[in-house]
Amino acid sequence: MNAIPAAPLTATKSAAPDQVILTLRVAGQACGLPVSAVRDVLAAQSVTRIPLAPPDVAGSLNLRGRIVTALDLRRRLGLPPRQVASESLSVVVDHNGDLYALIVDEVGEIVTLDDAAIETTPPSMAAGWGRISTAVLRLPGELLLILSVDRLLAVEAV
Amino acid sequence: MDDLLAEFITETNEGLSQLDVALVQLERMPGHAPTLSLVFRMVHTIKGTCGFLGLPRLERVAHAAEDVLVRLRDGELTATADIITSVLMMVDRIREIVAHIAATQTEPAGDDAPLIAHLYAVAGQPDSAADAAATIAALDAAPAPITPAPIAAPAAAVSLAVAAVATAAPGVEPADSNRSLRVAVDVLENLMTLVSELVLTRNQLLQLARRQKPGGQADPEPTEMYTVPLQRLSQITSDLQEGVMKTRLQPVGIAWNKLPRLVRDLAQELGKRIDLQMTGAETELDRQVLEMIRDPLTHMVRNSADHGLEMPDVRRAAGKPEVGRISLSAAHAGGHVVIELSDDGRGLDTPRIREKALARGLATAAELETMTDAQVHRFIFAAGFSTTEAVTSVSGRGVGMDVVRSNIERIGGSVAMTSAPDRGSRFTITIPLTLAIVSVLVVEAGGERFAVPQMSVVELVRARGATPVKVDASSGGPSSVKTSEGDGDAIIVWMDGVALLRLRDRLLPLVSLSHVLGLAPREARHDADGSARADTRVSVGDATHHVVVAQAGAGRFGILVDRVFDAEEIVVKPTAPMLRHIPLFSGNTILGDGTVIMILDPNGLSVAAGLRESEGQPAHGNGEPRASAASSANASHSDDRVPILLLRAGGVVRAVPLGLVSRLEQIAGSRIERIGSLTADQESPEGAGGGAARLATQYRGQLMPLLALSGRLDHAQESHAIVVFRQTDRPDAAALSVGLIVDEIVDVVTERLHIALGHAEAGLLGTAIVAGAAVGVIDTHHWLTRAHPGWFQQTERESGTQRRLLVVEDSSFFRQMLVPVLSTAGFTVTAASSALQALELRDTGSMFDVIVSDIEMPDMDGLAFARRLRASGPWQALPVIALSARTGPQDIDIAKKAGFSDYIRKFEKDALLASLQRALAGKDAATLAVAA
Repeated sequence: MNAIPAAPLTATKSAAPDQVILTLRVAGQACGLPVSAVRDVLAAQSVTRIPLAPPDVAGSLNLRGRIVTALDLRRRLGLPPRQVASESLSVVVDHNGDLYALIVDEVGEIVTLDDAAIETTPPSMAAGWGRISTAVLRLPGELLLILSVDRLLAVEAV
Repeated sequence: MDDLLAEFITETNEGLSQLDVALVQLERMPGHAPTLSLVFRMVHTIKGTCGFLGLPRLERVAHAAEDVLVRLRDGELTATADIITSVLMMVDRIREIVAHIAATQTEPAGDDAPLIAHLYAVAGQPDSAADAAATIAALDAAPAPITPAPIAAPAAAVSLAVAAVATAAPGVEPADSNRSLRVAVDVLENLMTLVSELVLTRNQLLQLARRQKPGGQADPEPTEMYTVPLQRLSQITSDLQEGVMKTRLQPVGIAWNKLPRLVRDLAQELGKRIDLQMTGAETELDRQVLEMIRDPLTHMVRNSADHGLEMPDVRRAAGKPEVGRISLSAAHAGGHVVIELSDDGRGLDTPRIREKALARGLATAAELETMTDAQVHRFIFAAGFSTTEAVTSVSGRGVGMDVVRSNIERIGGSVAMTSAPDRGSRFTITIPLTLAIVSVLVVEAGGERFAVPQMSVVELVRARGATPVKVDASSGGPSSVKTSEGDGDAIIVWMDGVALLRLRDRLLPLVSLSHVLGLAPREARHDADGSARADTRVSVGDATHHVVVAQAGAGRFGILVDRVFDAEEIVVKPTAPMLRHIPLFSGNTILGDGTVIMILDPNGLSVAAGLRESEGQPAHGNGEPRASAASSANASHSDDRVPILLLRAGGVVRAVPLGLVSRLEQIAGSRIERIGSLTADQESPEGAGGGAARLATQYRGQLMPLLALSGRLDHAQESHAIVVFRQTDRPDAAALSVGLIVDEIVDVVTERLHIALGHAEAGLLGTAIVAGAAVGVIDTHHWLTRAHPGWFQQTERESGTQRRLLVVEDSSFFRQMLVPVLSTAGFTVTAASSALQALELRDTGSMFDVIVSDIEMPDMDGLAFARRLRASGPWQALPVIALSARTGPQDIDIAKKAGFSDYIRKFEKDALLASLQRALAGKDAATLAVAA
């Protein structure tokens, strides 16, 4: 997988918190999560399976004494499962006081966005992605989706 | 905020809630000097501090109140309802101003003059009385920033007769200031979280130490070195945990403080007279729990006052005292706090609830037809259910008992209720003392570990089982029933898709944990040939199995697990919102080794396993509203549902309550012996009458008569399924058994047995709808008598003095069940279908040796019945045994208090017979003592 190009992501001096994002990649799609919601980035962890849980719930894990629910983003968005060999990373986000570990394929870097570069999500966006993103950022050759944690956790698993 | 001001606000708020209680008390006892001076002191303190802090508006209001209170104290005035109402309005105003100060640190702008003028008018001071009405009008019209209390308008018109009286809880004694310290709740909460984490870390250390010991690390010395300090750390952690928990305990009375005032205001508004009695206010429980029950309790008290109690004229007409009574009590019982709320009002309007349930689609007309009143009453706990016709300003706000119930259940509590027409209702709330730390048993199933709360674990057994014969999924052909004659007392009996645990002559439903959780059962190690066993619900080999015997509600069942680990103390954490819909888990936690583990909810487990359907669940699903009713209905209240064994004989399905079955056996055809073809031999106890050749088998060293349920035995069959009934508790004889030969065991289902009587063929009690089909219910007494005809005739001849027994039971099915069982046991049985009928028998001079009574009955329940018996009359000293489907400790306690001599679960035939023997032995002893 190619790294997310950083070219148009110019740092501005006074960025609102939501304009600072952590870039990541799920099933080839470049995404960004507001840094304000991110608590941690974890390497592959041992998770406890939860019987009868929705299919996208990978299990729960212990993060320094707090219980974190691990969600497989590919499953949640109805995307094809990950190739066996590739190592997974998870981004821990806070949602109304509960912690969720979102399992993604690749974690990029923290970047500050320029207001001008942000556009609203085009209506033509695939339903799965369109529902969970608030805005897009045009990069050379691809779109980076800025995800909303609220929407991500509100959607029903596909 | 200024420290002084913060202190003032906290103190004033505390003072205000005590003031409410004290004022209400004053109204009841107008001249009571200690209360008067208490009230005066409180208001005086508020006024004094106001001046000091520079709060002129508050000072003015407090001053006016104090003025009137001085005159009350000095005897110039009498505390009439009007005056008390006015003073309470002043207290309300003070409370509102203080709330505003707490939020903004400044006094709100506003004019209190009309309110003060009204107070003086009522108290007959400067302003003339004529102004009173005007001031009230001004009050209503005044665009005061703060809405006047809703009682303002009717206050002047309220007559003296309308008075709420409250036996106030002794207010929390103002603690000696030198011995106590005010600590912010946040600090305590934080402390609790830290201690919880410390407990987890301690557990983790202990586990590490345990793991290292036998391993024989390269250098065992360090481990040894740590042992003693570690133990010390462990002990201190436990003590610390306990200490911190104690700091969080508060008397339940704190949640009750507002109630006397609430009830008083309600009484005025509704024109009722209400006496609120509160006992056990000093009972302590965790702050968090206290907060959780405060609102439900307030709502329930409001309900009792609004819906429960009648208007004074109605009460008078019904021959009741005009003053309605609401009593609230709290007490510790084991690790729980039991709160009871009862009133002596009209009771629940059963017909109205039936109508409503039908209108809301909670049940069909046919289902309602078969429901007992108690079952109908539980609909009030269904979502959005409210029976008041008119929405009053008091209740009927759409927040109903469903919210109350779910709030209580959220903290692991339960709520039960009984109600009798014109006699009132009683709610019993059972809640845990603390939510923070519980003891659990860690088990493994399907490769995952789970925690089972120790509170619901009855015992752990190792059960032997038998390899199930391959099951024919089509279920058409001859079926297989296998048991293993293990030497232990716990054996797994395996039948087509149904597993049962036989434990000391009791059959318990058994669920496989990995199966209900949808986990792949551990690949059967005994399966050498690798044949798939995916179709079996319980994968049982020859090895022993771990079974956790758990209690859920009134029912017991076995949970089959792969392994059992240690017990651990854990800190319960709620599961993530997206997992809360899974009813099998009540929470999750982190174990000593750092892994996350799910905590099982035994109630949810038994429902999921189909042992108990959640209430109101349609047998054959039709429509969404029913489904929602089912999910909202409380599983722990399922009562009349019993496990029923379904079997097939001669191609016909029959049913028998599992509780009446002693054993299920599979015996080879060759083991069935034929005993001559004599006519029924009266002298031979083994003689199974009624046919040419009689059948029997060697069973536990005795010859057990066998009868074919279908009337004929299929000799071609290699083995036969046998259902064994036993008559065990005859004092004067060995156990009698009879084995019924059936084609196959079909299933065990849990349903409410409602039996339709009449026109039943011999050997059947009648028919019942089980699993959506009409099936015949086997009359065990009939078959026992047929197997041992001589024996029964003989005993009847011998026992000249038969014991007279009265059965009081509203359900015709249970009467039909009990009467034969008890007659078989040698009693002369009389049955009454209601407590009133029984009392009629008493009053017409009938006499019995012992009484067996149901608890849940319409009109007069068993508790009231027992109280009536104990109060007076010729039956005062008779042993009375309670029969009920509910067997929680508090149920038993309540029954004993009502005067029952013993308490037996319905269908526990053996226990009932044993209890009857005990009762009669005791009675004989008493009689002898009197004679001597």
